[in-house]
Amino acid sequence: MIEGVNIYYILTMSTIMFFIGSYGFLTRKNLITMLMSIELILNAVNINFVAFNKYLYPENMQGHFFSMFIIGIAAAEAAVAIAIIINIYRNIQNIDVENIDQMKY
Amino acid sequence: METIIFYILSIVILVFSALTVTTKKILRAAVYLLFVLGATAGIYFMFNYNFLAAVQLTVYAGGIVVLIIFSILLTHQINANLDKINIKKITLGIISSGLGIFLVLTTLNNFQFVASNNQAIDSSIHGIGRALLSYSDNGYILPFEVISVLLLAAMIGAIVIAKKEKA
Repeated sequence: MIEGVNIYYILTMSTIMFFIGSYGFLTRKNLITMLMSIELILNAVNINFVAFNKYLYPENMQGHFFSMFIIGIAAAEAAVAIAIIINIYRNIQNIDVENIDQMKY
Repeated sequence: METIIFYILSIVILVFSALTVTTKKILRAAVYLLFVLGATAGIYFMFNYNFLAAVQLTVYAGGIVVLIIFSILLTHQINANLDKINIKKITLGIISSGLGIFLVLTTLNNFQFVASNNQAIDSSIHGIGRALLSYSDNGYILPFEVISVLLLAAMIGAIVIAKKEKA
């Protein structure tokens, strides 16, 4: 654990970060900024996993590996999402969510 | 000393994540996201999980942010402003996320976490590599293989989706 830092401080910080991300997800209209909000949420969850691992079960490494796999899945998700976004932009010249109401193919 | 560094990193994370979701210019939002991810890597370094911090820096800060910036450059004017969000949506968002913060923090502060004093496991790259490829009790070979298949599928899917259709 980190000397002089309580686990509650870390969890409070990651909670606030998580809900900032969800606020962005609720208010933003642009697809790319919504994707950034999702990255913020995933990052907050990662901090939680690592903090629980380090403070409560330092003899295991489950949280560490879970965070690593989450990072890998986030990379895959971002790649696919950006491919979809670019394809949508090519079709309708716009990437705001309210304009994406038709499944063309 | 470590407390001060932790406070600085937390303030950087919170301020820049708030800026990421509120700024008007989309390219700036991506750069603020980069700062958030870097500060998170700093927190992993404080936990002494060096490999995880390196992965965070290379995959998140190096890979995903660059991907996002490229997609911004492909779909927007560089200094384009985002549309104004109406005030009703903002209030609803603030109310719901504030309610969420309140609920989670009250639950958190009523729960007693017992910090363990067990000896920390060796988190060097050597141990991580052994754990990732072993199929004994503390091995992670199955998720490792599954995620490799998932990454391959995501790569093929991204290529197929983004490919230009033949006229």
